[in-house]
Amino acid sequence: MIQAVLFLCALLSVVTTAGIIWVLARETLNFFRQVSAVSFLTGMRWTPLFQPSSFGVLPLVGGTLMIVVGAALVAVPLGLGTGIFLSEYASDRLRGILKPVLEILAGIPTVVYGYFALTFVTPQLGRLFPSIQVFNAASASIVVGVMILPMIASLCDDALRAVPQALRHAGYALGATRFEVSTRVVLPGAFSGVLASFVLALSRAIGETMAVTLAAGATPRLTVNPLESIQTMTAYIVQVSLGDTPAGSMAYLTVYAVGMLLFMITLAMNLVGNRILRHFQEVYE
Amino acid sequence: MTSATAPLGRNLPIRRRLGGLFHAVFLIATFTGVVLLAVLLAEVIQNGIPWLTGSFFTNFPSRFPDQAGIRAALWGTIWLIGLTALFSIPVGVGAAIYLEEYAGRSWFNTLIEINIANLAGTPSIVYGILGLAIFVRWMALGRSVLAGALTMSLLILPVTIIASREALRAVPNSIRLAAFALGATKWQTIRAHVLPAALPGIMTGIILALSRAIGETAPLIMIGALTFVAFTPAGPMDEFTALPIQIFNWASRPQREFYGVAAAGILVLLGVLLTMNAAAIWIRHRSQRSMRW
Repeated sequence: MIQAVLFLCALLSVVTTAGIIWVLARETLNFFRQVSAVSFLTGMRWTPLFQPSSFGVLPLVGGTLMIVVGAALVAVPLGLGTGIFLSEYASDRLRGILKPVLEILAGIPTVVYGYFALTFVTPQLGRLFPSIQVFNAASASIVVGVMILPMIASLCDDALRAVPQALRHAGYALGATRFEVSTRVVLPGAFSGVLASFVLALSRAIGETMAVTLAAGATPRLTVNPLESIQTMTAYIVQVSLGDTPAGSMAYLTVYAVGMLLFMITLAMNLVGNRILRHFQEVYE
Repeated sequence: MTSATAPLGRNLPIRRRLGGLFHAVFLIATFTGVVLLAVLLAEVIQNGIPWLTGSFFTNFPSRFPDQAGIRAALWGTIWLIGLTALFSIPVGVGAAIYLEEYAGRSWFNTLIEINIANLAGTPSIVYGILGLAIFVRWMALGRSVLAGALTMSLLILPVTIIASREALRAVPNSIRLAAFALGATKWQTIRAHVLPAALPGIMTGIILALSRAIGETAPLIMIGALTFVAFTPAGPMDEFTALPIQIFNWASRPQREFYGVAAAGILVLLGVLLTMNAAAIWIRHRSQRSMRW
């Protein structure tokens, strides 16, 4: 009896996933009755809210991609460097101080990062690049990078520390310096764990919503200039839901179609990332 | 390994210097994060302190920055988190007990585990879409605190389950075996021995999960939490606003004065979060001292 109740609790997580897929799929199918899937996935113009309406999602995907690339440029080197420092260089005492600081950094709400991008990062970037727009991709991607940095650092730290101590000792016995042991023995040994941390963190960056809504603007366009205003998939969903959108209208349906695409992309990345992580944990057990 | 073929110590000065250089690089990378946190806090404090007055806590939102306050948002957040805790704690802990204590190794349980790991990484806005479709429209709860809390409960459920499982796993098996040896049933063992031993870890995990819910904005926007509310909720079916929503609203206004109001709101939000984090750390610290296995 008790076991059955507890089982239902665990089952709720599966029901949640099924619910997400069901809700998204139902309205997405309604959307595809009016717009073909091909023109949605390959169209270069996204103007669903005004005439002439066009439903090509690529500008939103491009905007998201720009944020992700920018965030990766910030978070991958800094996060990996932090992970290596925490695992291979820092004393236990320093580690004990740095870990909670990173936890705080990870716990700051995304809306606060959005505020920070708007009031601090963009003005600072404006000094370097006077042509920058008030809402721009660069500023948003920098704060998203800072946001996912603790996640990469912490997962890399875990992965590096899982490498057996004997391998390090062998490296030192051959006369390697600490840097050589860290980068040629430990890092290759933890490679899949480090890779998984990048995949999972970038999936988080794709789904990030409030910072990009506040700082990156609401201009869906395909551009490679990070100083311009863009729009991500998540920011579009927020933009529509902030307005008064009647259920069943075309704008309402686009939210589900874009949401479905977002869910599929992050689900694929999370599945891959978690799979690498599980596999990696088995190797050293 | 090219260095293995070279005579030992030939390039040693260069290798040592390279090692020193990269020690500095890793150190700088680490402290970049620390410095950024400091800059962020300094920026928010500098902008927000002048606006953080007594009337800021008692006023409702206003078109005029100097009359704007967070009373409705603060009460909305308290309602939201209280109800979220009510729903997510029993279900999250229950699921963790099942997975850790009862579940064998079947394909279905593996599926549940993979599913939970993936749900933890699902964007929060997707939960918002789910909440809008299921709770707001299908169950017709409207834009109520209840709909918001149910959405938030689903959002933090994976984190709650994962944290609770870790706490349960840390309880040594000898405790379970000792209870069984005295004739206790499985459920008696769990209720009287395993759960109390795991409680500090579970509480820490729940506090951290709830503090994530406090800062979440996107799902609340999706389910239609309002940005301009001039009343405090009196029941679970009332409409509401919450701290992050209010901050988002102020930060997206064109008038510069509202940046200051937003910063004051952020200070309140961060104050609540830091208090909760400190509580979690304190519980963890205390249990580490009092429990030795």
